Amino acid sequence: MDLFEYQGKQYFARYGIPVSPGGVADTVEEALAVAERVGYPVVVKAQVKVGGRGKAGGVKLATGPDEVRAHAGAILGLDIKGHVVKRLWVEHASDIEKEYYASFTLDRPNKVHLGMLSAQGGVEIEVVAAESPEAIAMLAIDPVRGLDVATARRWVAEAGLDEPARAQAADLLVALYRCYTEGDCDLAEINPLILTPGGQVHALDAKVTLDDNAAFRHPEWDEFRGDEFEDPRERRAREKGLNYIGLDGSVGIIANGAGLAMSTLDVVNQVGGSAANFLDIGGGANADVMAAALEVINADPKVRSIFVNIFGGITRVDEVAKGVLEALARVDIASPIVLRLDGTNAVEGRAILAAHLNDRLVTEPTMLEAARRAVALAR
Amino acid sequence: MSIFVDESTTVIVQGLTGSQGRFHGLRNRAYGTRVVGGVTPGKGGTDVEGIPVFDSVREAVETTGATASFIAVPPRFASAAILEAAEGGIEFIVCITEGIPAQDEALTYNRLVEEHPGVRLLGPNCPGIISPGKCNIGITSGDIALPGGPVGIVSRSGTLTYQALYELSQKGVGQTTCVGIGGDPVPGTNFIDCLEAFQADPETKAVMMIGEIGGSEEERAAEWIAQNMDKPVVAYVAGVTAPPGRKMGHAGAIISGSKGTAQAKMAALADAGVRVCQNPTEAGEAMVEIVRAL
Repeated sequence: MDLFEYQGKQYFARYGIPVSPGGVADTVEEALAVAERVGYPVVVKAQVKVGGRGKAGGVKLATGPDEVRAHAGAILGLDIKGHVVKRLWVEHASDIEKEYYASFTLDRPNKVHLGMLSAQGGVEIEVVAAESPEAIAMLAIDPVRGLDVATARRWVAEAGLDEPARAQAADLLVALYRCYTEGDCDLAEINPLILTPGGQVHALDAKVTLDDNAAFRHPEWDEFRGDEFEDPRERRAREKGLNYIGLDGSVGIIANGAGLAMSTLDVVNQVGGSAANFLDIGGGANADVMAAALEVINADPKVRSIFVNIFGGITRVDEVAKGVLEALARVDIASPIVLRLDGTNAVEGRAILAAHLNDRLVTEPTMLEAARRAVALAR
Repeated sequence: MSIFVDESTTVIVQGLTGSQGRFHGLRNRAYGTRVVGGVTPGKGGTDVEGIPVFDSVREAVETTGATASFIAVPPRFASAAILEAAEGGIEFIVCITEGIPAQDEALTYNRLVEEHPGVRLLGPNCPGIISPGKCNIGITSGDIALPGGPVGIVSRSGTLTYQALYELSQKGVGQTTCVGIGGDPVPGTNFIDCLEAFQADPETKAVMMIGEIGGSEEERAAEWIAQNMDKPVVAYVAGVTAPPGRKMGHAGAIISGSKGTAQAKMAALADAGVRVCQNPTEAGEAMVEIVRAL
């Protein structure tokens, strides 16, 4: 789950990482109230989960109430790369002496944590990495040992952070590492991390991606799931515990396993169709999950046919078959369903469906043939 | 021959008394796998259809001499179960658990490497491993595999592993071993570990490799193949049509920026002399062609 900047800053604050005083605003009046509270000048920032908002006019400095009114009014409702701004973060503007970059993420090839620190912050780190890779101090961190202050001190020196920033930055990095590990982040990034003329170091932005697999031990994450910005199809699916991604095509896809679901998308595409979604019912799905999956797909008006591609392993095909029948009994499925069923208990599953097959519910023996049929039915 | 597991492998199931552990543990035994025990704390002394259950891995290993463990426990208990297996004397651990936090995986992997360097972990979030006719540990349906070789299979995706087995078996081409390495960010065993073992296995004559978007394991495998492998390799990479920035189910399956795309992986593999196919069926057909020409 990607967090909005304001959520990321709230998360950082939990771990003692200094951020600018500010508040959330959904209206011009709320923006004014926050500005009065934190004190002028303020920065009015669009809350969107997409980069490049500054260039798109989504970040503005306001020195008084009139400017707050003007900027908040202009930014709310602004379309930034397809993301319409519905919420603002208004914070006290900081004087900036220097801008740095800091992040922690998983170094997958080397199976350790990777810290990246640069004295050249405030710009896209990818650009720095491409143009002057030596400006980024990389630190490999063994998850067993973690990051201690002594190592962090050497690291800030190596990265060339300015002398007055170093001690504070080292402490902040240790806190950020704790946020990244104990807070179960896939990514914890600060860009820019600033040094003020007064000698204070703090996070001016926050980019946090939480690991959804760790949600069971973070009840505090519930508050981040503001569903008002979510694709309604994805929200329905998530409520049912399904792994769903909305796409633009007309063939609804249900598969078990991420690999098979991806492959199903690819094959539908290869035979001239396009998928309406990615939907992995996961391992060990029972009849209820299958029925819920069909209902989610059925609610998508773009869907013209549904391709159910199941290769049973931990998932049992007889359960899938029961789920299909359950869904058909429960709701009116608008599109024809093409089934391809193999693997664990496939014989039992096919037997359950045998008496119910008709021109709205068909089976095909292979993935390719089923894809062709589903694509033809979607036309 | 086969890699990692064979008819001499003896297996305990951690979580045997749970629904998944019981279902698949018993299926593994029915396949012919030597399932010699189960572990569930607090249920020692009981049995599951004649398979004795122990309170701890150590006790199970001391009593049965098991060499491998099949872990089928929920995500929040999986890391502890993996470490308990290693500490208890297990050499080969298969963890099928899906949904383990990445931080736990990274920590557990590094603890294994540092404290138990002789132990191999397969998974987590993988379908397991099958050496057809000899040993099946995990959730793969044994009846879709065909004993006798000569093809080795290694795959990041569970269901595509089954698809690959099925495509070959349908055409009468057998397998030496089929390894599902899993789609999580920190797999215990990676493509190169398996390719290396297949290259060294005299009965494996060709290898089918199934990748997916995300990470750079396929690219690294391609590099390794170019330098070390003389057996033919056929590959398929899932996720050509996946949109960037969206996790496709597996925690590891995500295209970030221009990194991790199926296209880049396919190009790297093709450059390494691998025969790259567009879908699992095509990959099966290509492999049949290669095997018939051997």
